[in-house]
Amino acid sequence: MSLLDVSNLNVRFDTPDGEVHAVKDLSFRLERGETLGIVGESGSGKSQSVLSLMGLLADNGRADGVAQFDGHNLITLPEAQLRRMRGRRISMIFQDPMTSLNPYLTLADQMIQVVREHETVSKKAARSRCLEMLEAVSIPEADDRLDRYPHELSGGMRQRVMIAASLLLNPEILIADEPTTALDVTVQAQILELMRDLSERFETSTILITHDLAVVAGTCERVLVMQGGELKEQGEVRKIFYEPQHAYTQALLKAVPRLDEERVERLLDGGEVGGAAAGARAGNAAGADPLLAVEDLKVSFRVHTGGFWGHTRELKAVDGVDLELAPGETLGIVGESGCGKSTLARAILKLVPLAGGQVCLLGRGLSELDSAEMRKMRSDLQIIFQDPLASLNPRMTVGDIVSEPLWTHRPDLDKAAVRQRVVHVLKRVGLEGRELNRYPHEFSGGQCQRIGIARALVLEPKLIICDEPVSALDVSIQAQIVNLLMDLQAELGLSLIFIAHDLAVVRHISHRVLVMYLGTAVEIASREDLYERPSHPYTRALISSVPIPDPDKERSRARELLFGDLPSPMDPPSGCRFRTRCRHAEPRCAEEIPELRAVGPSRVACHRAEELLETV
Amino acid sequence: MLRYSLRRFLGAIPTLLILIALAFFMIRLAPGGPFDAERALLPEIEANLRAAYHLDEPLPMQFVRYLGNLARADFGPSFQYRDYTVTELIMTGFPVSLRLGGSAMVVALLFGISAGSLAALRQNTRTDYTVMSLSMTGISIPNFVMAPLLILLFAVYLGWLPAGGLGEGSWRNMVLPVISLALPQIAYVARLTRGSMIEVLRSPFIRTAKAQGLPMYKILIRHALKPALLPVVSYLGPATAAVITGSVVIEQIFGVPGLGRFFVQGALNRDYTLVMGVVVFYGVLIIVFNFLVDLAYAWLDPKVKYG
Ligand code: SF4
Repeated sequence: MSLLDVSNLNVRFDTPDGEVHAVKDLSFRLERGETLGIVGESGSGKSQSVLSLMGLLADNGRADGVAQFDGHNLITLPEAQLRRMRGRRISMIFQDPMTSLNPYLTLADQMIQVVREHETVSKKAARSRCLEMLEAVSIPEADDRLDRYPHELSGGMRQRVMIAASLLLNPEILIADEPTTALDVTVQAQILELMRDLSERFETSTILITHDLAVVAGTCERVLVMQGGELKEQGEVRKIFYEPQHAYTQALLKAVPRLDEERVERLLDGGEVGGAAAGARAGNAAGADPLLAVEDLKVSFRVHTGGFWGHTRELKAVDGVDLELAPGETLGIVGESGCGKSTLARAILKLVPLAGGQVCLLGRGLSELDSAEMRKMRSDLQIIFQDPLASLNPRMTVGDIVSEPLWTHRPDLDKAAVRQRVVHVLKRVGLEGRELNRYPHEFSGGQCQRIGIARALVLEPKLIICDEPVSALDVSIQAQIVNLLMDLQAELGLSLIFIAHDLAVVRHISHRVLVMYLGTAVEIASREDLYERPSHPYTRALISSVPIPDPDKERSRARELLFGDLPSPMDPPSGCRFRTRCRHAEPRCAEEIPELRAVGPSRVACHRAEELLETV
Repeated sequence: MLRYSLRRFLGAIPTLLILIALAFFMIRLAPGGPFDAERALLPEIEANLRAAYHLDEPLPMQFVRYLGNLARADFGPSFQYRDYTVTELIMTGFPVSLRLGGSAMVVALLFGISAGSLAALRQNTRTDYTVMSLSMTGISIPNFVMAPLLILLFAVYLGWLPAGGLGEGSWRNMVLPVISLALPQIAYVARLTRGSMIEVLRSPFIRTAKAQGLPMYKILIRHALKPALLPVVSYLGPATAAVITGSVVIEQIFGVPGLGRFFVQGALNRDYTLVMGVVVFYGVLIIVFNFLVDLAYAWLDPKVKYG
């Protein structure tokens, strides 16, 4: 008999716009000791189906159907009995470890009460159980950490604590809802490894919910694929990946760029085929004058450290970065969160003050410009942001949003000309050009990002900085936006700076890639060199942390996982900043700061780059 | 922390100076003076009195002299109650006002927080609507209207409680003034609590607590209350100011011999030093209290650090 047997599960929500049928007739089983993946994009009903099993639907939600667990139907079980099961026999961890732990309570407060809710044990015994669990999830100095508040821990640490808290009572079922989506790849790899270990050690059956097929490939034995509330396909993990039956599964697999395969010119996005011919990309025109040159750029912030005396200290967010960008070129910037990549972008745009260094656009230093010239320069420099909806003013119509830059920068245009341009640019980004009087919230995430791109394009800039432009989007939409950006570049000769934490997407779109760590550049190389012959140990760790959507490869691959967390940028390690996490560190690394220097065709900041290159 | 306190302390000085200056010149702008009470005094006597109290000097001189005395914590003698210094009057009035105001605050917090939390838990039900409309009424009826109504009902018609005075300090004398003073604050606190509680109950960490199998009442007390009360804590500063202002009226209506009553009497009699003394005393009190509230806030919210 299966541990959990779900049949004909339906979830409905009453909304002001009528009933939403979020999960339709879902049936599946979870066997003892198994890890089951549920994959789908947003709105697929994957989270709602498990929340309904736990009795945690929002107030306007209703579930019907049968979910048989140990002789009980979870769907109809009275709340009081269901509550006794939650956390004890079925427990759950959530996506965002920042907000899923109570920021006002210490870890001890939140964990001990879980134990004592379900078992009559002394406070001391409960505490030592929590300690054991924190050690099981490899939290160093657990005894001290237990009395801290969540914000004093890093994101990865917090997710470990969530996992520890969910396993405190040795539950039979662990449900993990996008447990690694909010984390960096390096941390994601650690957490996935940990979950694999623990489910074996504690014999917990796991349901892993994710939008990321690659995560499923290495972790799950069986997979369900959901779309629009319906189960599209289910089967053994190898079957899903190697012989997908359903068209949707096939499309999902092709929409993601993959690190383990030859780079394709164009991602499959199920949408219209763009005008630009594949391969017609401008590329890095040799010898051309750089469009943008950044020299020794530094940005620092003053941070209050609190404490009795109330000191402020300097945080060097970007500490001496050089880069050049040719017309028509795309430079990718990658690194863990907190490495300074977004700050670098903002500094180039002069959105944050520089603490040192130079930014030259078309040979002119931005700091020498007076405000009129700067305004003119600004029309050549545009930015698009991660959260498409939040970066558009909700009270302005699409027409106003897109035409706004024209009013400030092009007073020579009359109303009709502005309108004509706006319509043109909206069509160019794949919208209809008839959306002028509608508001941002009427559009989907992908469409909002198109509007954001239209706003950036309307001034015909030479450089667009894309700050995580696709991270908040579903994979199929992500592919559309990436294709759009590449088409626009081919057509208009734009230069792009593409900041992302997804290394596969960066490989797909970039000509050259800059890897940042704690505010410094550790490696700059062409796309081919970086991904095929990564020289810096950090780059190598990053690349090997990216999960590959191929169960056999993913399970057999040798990994160079990073251990530990990013050190505090407030006091970076001496010498090489990466040395605390580097498996190749030697005594010299603690003393001498490695310069960024030419190693083969790449530029690398590592003392041992040459030796290491031979071991690839 | 230390640096923060120091900064706050220095920052309070200009505020206090402006307050003193405003009060000082405004009361002197009011027509009449401290010595034209019932019987007209002989001109010579009045001149002597004025000289004794330095009222014959030019205003700026008087102001500087007043500040100088203040710096030595000397509020000066009262013009009206000739045998007392203002400090002595404050010392007699303040305990009474403190008892009244303090009880009103406690009542406001107890009832406001419970009613607000209840409304939040039962959002959009009849309980919620009742609490919210009652508190709307509480906010919109000023206490100088509410107090006589309460007296009429409980003291005159029902005869349950005394209509005024201190009695022998019995709690029964305090009930009506405390309620009149607390009602608008109960209403404010309830609305604040409801709003923030609803928001907190929607946060992911509450969902986590539910998923861990905690019952709702424990989630409310252990997880939700602390964050939900933060806005209430910040409101404590303005609330104190409101209660102090309210007590001036309430003490008058119920004949409670507190500081508020001295203030009104002093203002009517142009007892310059008494009025000034009460203003400065309450000013300092409110500033200190606001500072304490901010410290409490930092203590409650582990993410807030003062530096
Ligand atoms: S310099 Fe040393 S510590 Fe730094 S990356 Fe190279 S080997 Fe590692």
